[in-house]
Amino acid sequence: MKKNIEIRWHGRGGQGAKTAALLLADVAFSTGMHVQGFPEYGPERMGAPITAYNRIGDEPIRVHSNIYEPDYVVVVDETLLHSVDVTNGLKKEGGIVINTTKSKEEIMPLLKGYEGNVYIIDAHKVSMATLGKYFPNSPMLAAIVKISGVIDKETFLSHMEASYMHKFAKKPEVIEGNMNALKMAFEEVK
Amino acid sequence: MSIRERMSGNEAVAYAIKQINPDVMPAFPITPSTEIPQMVSTFIANGEIDTEFIPVESEHSSMSATMGANAAGARALTATSSCGLAYMWELLYVAASDRLPVVLALVNRALTGPININCDHSDSMGARDAGWIQIYAENNQEAYDNFIQTFRIAEHPDVRLPLMACQDGFITSHAVENIELIEDDKVKAFAGEYHPENYLLNPDMPMAVGPYANSPFYMETKMNQRLAMENAKKVILEIADEFEKISGRKYGFFEEYRLEDADYAVVIIGSAAGTTKDAIDELREQGIKAGLLKIRVFRPFPGEEMAKVLSHVKAIAILDRAESFSACGGPIGSELKAALFDFKFSGIAVNYFYGIGGRDYTVAEAKAVYSDLIAYADGSKPVENYKYIGLRK
Repeated sequence: MKKNIEIRWHGRGGQGAKTAALLLADVAFSTGMHVQGFPEYGPERMGAPITAYNRIGDEPIRVHSNIYEPDYVVVVDETLLHSVDVTNGLKKEGGIVINTTKSKEEIMPLLKGYEGNVYIIDAHKVSMATLGKYFPNSPMLAAIVKISGVIDKETFLSHMEASYMHKFAKKPEVIEGNMNALKMAFEEVK
Repeated sequence: MSIRERMSGNEAVAYAIKQINPDVMPAFPITPSTEIPQMVSTFIANGEIDTEFIPVESEHSSMSATMGANAAGARALTATSSCGLAYMWELLYVAASDRLPVVLALVNRALTGPININCDHSDSMGARDAGWIQIYAENNQEAYDNFIQTFRIAEHPDVRLPLMACQDGFITSHAVENIELIEDDKVKAFAGEYHPENYLLNPDMPMAVGPYANSPFYMETKMNQRLAMENAKKVILEIADEFEKISGRKYGFFEEYRLEDADYAVVIIGSAAGTTKDAIDELREQGIKAGLLKIRVFRPFPGEEMAKVLSHVKAIAILDRAESFSACGGPIGSELKAALFDFKFSGIAVNYFYGIGGRDYTVAEAKAVYSDLIAYADGSKPVENYKYIGLRK
């Protein structure tokens, strides 16, 4: 039995972590895979920590629990590192990607001795440079696709372009900015 | 050719409603079912269907308006969850005794006390004696497939009972997963149209709906409801056979997963069945004969049929996602144990409680249930009757 890739997203209400998880499910689906994308609902309010999940694989997915031993973790808001145990259960063969302006050396002490791969990206910089506004979810989506290798870059970009063309049919002017955010994020993940 | 898609459980039910294009949908929003009327009203606003949407001020009114439209001769439905169902309570009994085949898309959520928006089955299980047919789904696919079959079952002349089609709040309602949709024309042909024999807007045959029935007639009304529920068993299987012809997917009262030669079985309803299946596959690799019975139809209760397929099992864990506070068992536990007794089951049956108020249920926890069953069966652990899964220590 081939295992699915399991991803856990940590964000704050209003930042689009749930939307990003659903977008990842969408794009993985469109490349022919079996997917799950679901949020964990707590007391919903802007700014409260939220969790969202993805399972992605070649076989139908039956399990309906949260993910406790993810292959990858995405942290959309670095302030969560102080209050949420983001590496809890994270497999050391996998990795974590964090949206931060800090260096890896500054981040490492906050990860409770996590031994796997640690990646950082400044999604704020990417978003401001390409969209002129702060929407961290497109850069973070590209970042997790890059570090997990769940979809290859060219396939991902072409499916995302189709998806944006559908989604932003009435405001095509934002498509280019979002595509640039994805492409720049691929380069900026370190 | 079926259509490969991905959508959430709520989207799947809304899509089925769009394909059926029913006549009337009154609704009042409540999490996690709100998206269903929201999406349906979008389909209406876009001119994709011509269902009459009635925004009402409460669930008491949404069920009343659904029943009124249905009595008038329309195919009518609504959607709700949790306290919304509780607020419909008195009408649930009226719909059943008036023999109105209304359909309710229920997205299961815990009842308040303490306030909780997450999944358990206390809403629908609380309504189990209201006289409604109840069908449950494991995932978005089943929520869609079940919904397409609802009106045909409810409206059948031998049945004429209201039906609630249930799915797990958030766990399936808000999870995006792969799904196979059926073409519009096939669903339309399958669902057909509602042409009741008697209806209020028929000037040629005036009738009364819901009149006073004191002791000389009340009991016969209830007996007839029971007969209709018995008839529903035959009809549910007939409609499932017909559905298999357009979908290739087979449905019955319940699903048996690796049960045929199982020594240890879990009986469960809803999304947790899939998690249990993964546990079973892992246990089977270790040579443990684990199996599952997933209940799809809870009303009418297929007690005899379940007792038959469980008769060879050494130990059964009956998992309830709702309390009944009888202090000796939950809804499925009590009813299935009664059926097992009637059909002379000689093994062990233990009632477990899990997932109450959205408490998670994992593959590891499912495996631990089977470990219990093995220990009960070989006598190394005294049998307990009332167990919790994932309770905080």
